Amino acid sequence: MSHGVQDVAEARFAPGARVRVKPGRPERIAPMHLRTPHYVRGREGVVTRALGRFPNPEDLAFGRPGTPRILYHVEFAQPPVWGEGEAGDTVLIEIFEHWLEEA
Amino acid sequence: MAGTPLPESVELLDKLVAALKRRGVLVEEDIVRCQTQAERAQPETGARMVARAWLDPEFRALMLRDGTAAAEAFGVGMKGAPPLGVLEDTDRLHHLVVCTLCSCYPRAVIGYPPHWYKSAAYRARAVREPRAVLAEFGTVLPAGVQVRVVDSTADYRWMVLPTRPAGTEGWSEEQLAAIVTRDCLVGVTLPQAEKRQIAA
Repeated sequence: MSHGVQDVAEARFAPGARVRVKPGRPERIAPMHLRTPHYVRGREGVVTRALGRFPNPEDLAFGRPGTPRILYHVEFAQPPVWGEGEAGDTVLIEIFEHWLEEA
Repeated sequence: MAGTPLPESVELLDKLVAALKRRGVLVEEDIVRCQTQAERAQPETGARMVARAWLDPEFRALMLRDGTAAAEAFGVGMKGAPPLGVLEDTDRLHHLVVCTLCSCYPRAVIGYPPHWYKSAAYRARAVREPRAVLAEFGTVLPAGVQVRVVDSTADYRWMVLPTRPAGTEGWSEEQLAAIVTRDCLVGVTLPQAEKRQIAA
């Protein structure tokens, strides 16, 4: 199972795809190491590009071999996330594919 | 900067290193190589990359396409380091880098992060009220410039390629690099032509 910055052939989402971050809070059930910030869970954004394929940090943190997952850059309009801010401002975040669904 | 380490910390570190060597996990050369890399990593490297990108369109294209390769072109050892991504500011878009989850920072090309970058206040506020944070750094963006906060959450490390300020026409790479500060490279400030250190 290869991984790296060029390895995006299997990316499910293309640049421009509208996606929603899954709204789950699995860390409430068991200790976890998650790289998906709370403030975008359940939020809709747009994929800007696939960044590569990297071992899943949720596994690595617990000493398990990380399954390689596609990592995306996803852009969110900033004001809806916080209920404040300036129209047009955005937040760009790295999010793994298994946290994303079609919006 | 951190003060002198406590004797018990040094003792603990020595024991850990000895145990790792005994088990064949690492050899002295690994430590020396990592220390050399860490000591060489200073904001001047990122600043020189930015200056080169302002002058050389081919290098600029490489830097935006593959920041890791661009860093390697400057002699930075990127083997084993997280990939470097470079985000290009324009006259309509300004990038601000934060790591809300911890303190991810493009250390390979900027060195160690300042304390404020790792503070809970910066991490919470940069993503929520970026313009207020920028203003506190003395950075007021021209009207019509959008802010794009980059939350460095996973495997990449991100550096900003700021726009070249007016008034720097005809400057050498060295002169340009001198106005690109550490803070410019994560987007909390902008390069200022009048603050240059080297006579034109």
